[in-house]
Amino acid sequence: MQATDLLLSLIVLGLFSFYWSRGRSLALANPLGGIRNLHSLPSYYGLHAALWCTLPATFLLGIWLIFDEIVINGMVMTDLSPELIPSDNASYNLILNKVANIANGILPREDQPSGLLDAADNMLSLNVVSQWSITLLIITLAMSGLAWSSHKLKVDFRARPAVERVMQNLLLACACVAIFTTLGIVFSVLFESIQFFRSVPIYDFIFGLEWSPQTAIREDQVGSSGSFGAIPLFVGTLLVSAVAMFIAVPIGLMSAIYLAEYASDGVRTYAKPALEVLAGIPTVVYGFFAALTVAPFLRDLGASVGLTISSESALAAGGVMGIMIIPFISSLADDVITAVPQSMRDGSLAMGATQSETIRKVVIPAALPGIVGGIMLAISRAIGETMIVVMAAGLAAKLTANPLESVTTVTVQIVTLLTGDQEFDSPKTLAAFALGLMLFTVTLLLNIFALHIVKKYREQYE
Amino acid sequence: MNNRSDTLSKIQHSLTRRNRAEARFRWYGRCAIFIGLLAVAVLFFDIISKGHGAFRATYIKLDIHYDPELIGINNLADNEQLSAGNWQALSKTALRNKFPDVSGRQDKRRLSKLLSNGAGFDLKDHLLANPQLLGKKESVWVLADDDIDTYFKSWLDGDAYDARMTAKQVQWIAQLHQEDLIALKFNSNLFSRGDSREPEQAGIRGAVMGSFLTLIMTLMLSFPIGVSAAIYLEEFAPKNRWTDFIEVNINNLAAVPSIIFGLLGLAIFINFFHVPRSVPIVGGLVLTLMTLPTIIITSRAAIKSVPPSIREAALGMGASKYQMVLHHVLPLALPGMLTGAIIGMAQALGETAPLLMIGMVAFIVDIPNGFSDPATVLPVQIFLWADSPERAFIEKTSAAIMVLLSFLIIMNTSAVWLRKRLERRW
Repeated sequence: MQATDLLLSLIVLGLFSFYWSRGRSLALANPLGGIRNLHSLPSYYGLHAALWCTLPATFLLGIWLIFDEIVINGMVMTDLSPELIPSDNASYNLILNKVANIANGILPREDQPSGLLDAADNMLSLNVVSQWSITLLIITLAMSGLAWSSHKLKVDFRARPAVERVMQNLLLACACVAIFTTLGIVFSVLFESIQFFRSVPIYDFIFGLEWSPQTAIREDQVGSSGSFGAIPLFVGTLLVSAVAMFIAVPIGLMSAIYLAEYASDGVRTYAKPALEVLAGIPTVVYGFFAALTVAPFLRDLGASVGLTISSESALAAGGVMGIMIIPFISSLADDVITAVPQSMRDGSLAMGATQSETIRKVVIPAALPGIVGGIMLAISRAIGETMIVVMAAGLAAKLTANPLESVTTVTVQIVTLLTGDQEFDSPKTLAAFALGLMLFTVTLLLNIFALHIVKKYREQYE
Repeated sequence: MNNRSDTLSKIQHSLTRRNRAEARFRWYGRCAIFIGLLAVAVLFFDIISKGHGAFRATYIKLDIHYDPELIGINNLADNEQLSAGNWQALSKTALRNKFPDVSGRQDKRRLSKLLSNGAGFDLKDHLLANPQLLGKKESVWVLADDDIDTYFKSWLDGDAYDARMTAKQVQWIAQLHQEDLIALKFNSNLFSRGDSREPEQAGIRGAVMGSFLTLIMTLMLSFPIGVSAAIYLEEFAPKNRWTDFIEVNINNLAAVPSIIFGLLGLAIFINFFHVPRSVPIVGGLVLTLMTLPTIIITSRAAIKSVPPSIREAALGMGASKYQMVLHHVLPLALPGMLTGAIIGMAQALGETAPLLMIGMVAFIVDIPNGFSDPATVLPVQIFLWADSPERAFIEKTSAAIMVLLSFLIIMNTSAVWLRKRLERRW
């Protein structure tokens, strides 16, 4: 049976065991004078049976789904006739693909070497065996679960605590998904990065001044070395983020101050959501706006005053990114500014300070840790932002601090390195994971630091 | 005495300065808000002014003769004949009959370039739907080429863009326009077709379906997992290091750049578990991991807002902790959780970067029908079209953005509405 059919039959079995066990518990209770003689409510007996029937079987099904193909592929490849045995990883995958395509009837069986045909037949028969054995195993497991549960079913069986223990573990497992995600991220980027650093020394990567990941296909090709010095990417990323911050921080901060301290309720109710619209717009839309409207506009503007502005300038990408970040900064700053106690403002105003003096000399210093934390979160946002720079910034790595020129960023390179068709373990692809590792580490540190600052100093006034 | 008036005048003097500083400060604030709002307005105006044209396309009215000999078929039920038939000849011949004095290979080719190269297949579909037309004549509105479309729209607006037109073509268009044989009509292709290399035949149906399937997958996984995690952390978790560790993880994941989730999907789901590329399943898995922190955090806030008295009342009546949570806390917190889920889904709908990593950027013409069909999603379609060199794709991209933004606006307003309507204040 197919996996979906198995899953459906498990659901049906689960429903059946629920109603059956529930009915049995009622049947046990009735002669004794009603369900008050049961330890738990009848539906708990049903649930107990349903859980025992479906949970282990579903777990097994999941494991089978993950490892079925890997195991079968391995077996097919070890049984391959000797003249076909591949020498390296790439040809291994090629042959495997061929065998799978023949087995699925995508490639015609005519004109294929007999070794491949045998392997394909082997794969087909293994598939059949695997399907049948998993069907049998799952049905047996479900049935024995049901049998175990019905064996336990007695009037004084404590079904509710048993069910609740299982549920508690399920809930815990759901909460642990977050941990597994983090682990998954760390391991996936770390393993590929270590592989990458085997071919490119880590020192050359972090401190190298030249980035040109084009590795040659043939040995004798010109420019075949491929250099992976990431400094130009880091500089480009910082340049774009700096432009973004240069726009987002003053505007975001001033609008937060105005909205929190000056604006009437009417202005606040309309201006705040209107600004927050900016946060809800997908980044691909900003990218389109930057590449097709802002960049040509800046280029023409520059040309009219005699400046050459690249049409993929850091200014356009960074500027639009700044607009995207405005609501992020303004809502975070708004929160910390409104958290400053009114008594501090009253004190300052009573001493004769004007409102703006109060804000500048009392409110802002009091809210500063929160504001700094917010700005750091915004910087980590800007560094990790992808679509705007992919669409509006350049591809060529240039070591420059001039925002009018075209630069490239870490995220742009990750996308360009990974969206082509190439084998998975070339240094070019692995470089993307090394860049990902850098990006993850830097944003993680920024976030932890920012959250720490916000948490540590926020309590002071509460 | 002298000293005092000195001080007073000093104060007077500084007061005007300070008041001016006050006014200036307020003015900065107003400017900041104005710039922010201006950015919103410019962005929307730019997108709408670029994209509104894409909802109508240029059609040319031709007298089509469904001549069996011309197409080379005699039986509409024969699939082999249908696929071998010369359908393009239908529209080309009709166009030549319309302009009989066009001669020379060059000019003839330019003439047939007036029409979309999918026009013949549209006529085929029309004929198959109305088989009685075979051998008869009918006047039909036929889809024009994208260059003609761009030119005609700009020409109607009074600012003709004719960089890709020849003088003859301009003349033909003018003649057709005089005879009312060329017109803008509702562009149903945009909503009924998948992607195409030809701008006039490209539509967003495939991408919208892909987005829909991916979102369903995301919702089915992330809502139950997120709500369970929130219940565990709020109601059952003991206060220990493990729980703290889970919490720190969730907060950090919320701030990890989305592209990193793409790397995770590529390394784990595709290269390790061998989930096929470009399918909604893997897209949904990646977006689930990405939206999970949002859903957990909002669900926890919703659970927290249920007052403890409800819990105590339930426990006091003899309910077990699970009964208390499932029968009382969860129903009361559900509106808040749903709001969080909608916000998370809106975030997932607009996400592009991680999906680029897992191969959802492929050029896919067919409309996906299931979770394991190759698909792309709306934001990625926007990215692909924005990269295309054809000028007509700018209009299409903006139209797709308008569709995407309207979905997002609907989702976000419904979240706000839900919160206002259903959330109880205690």
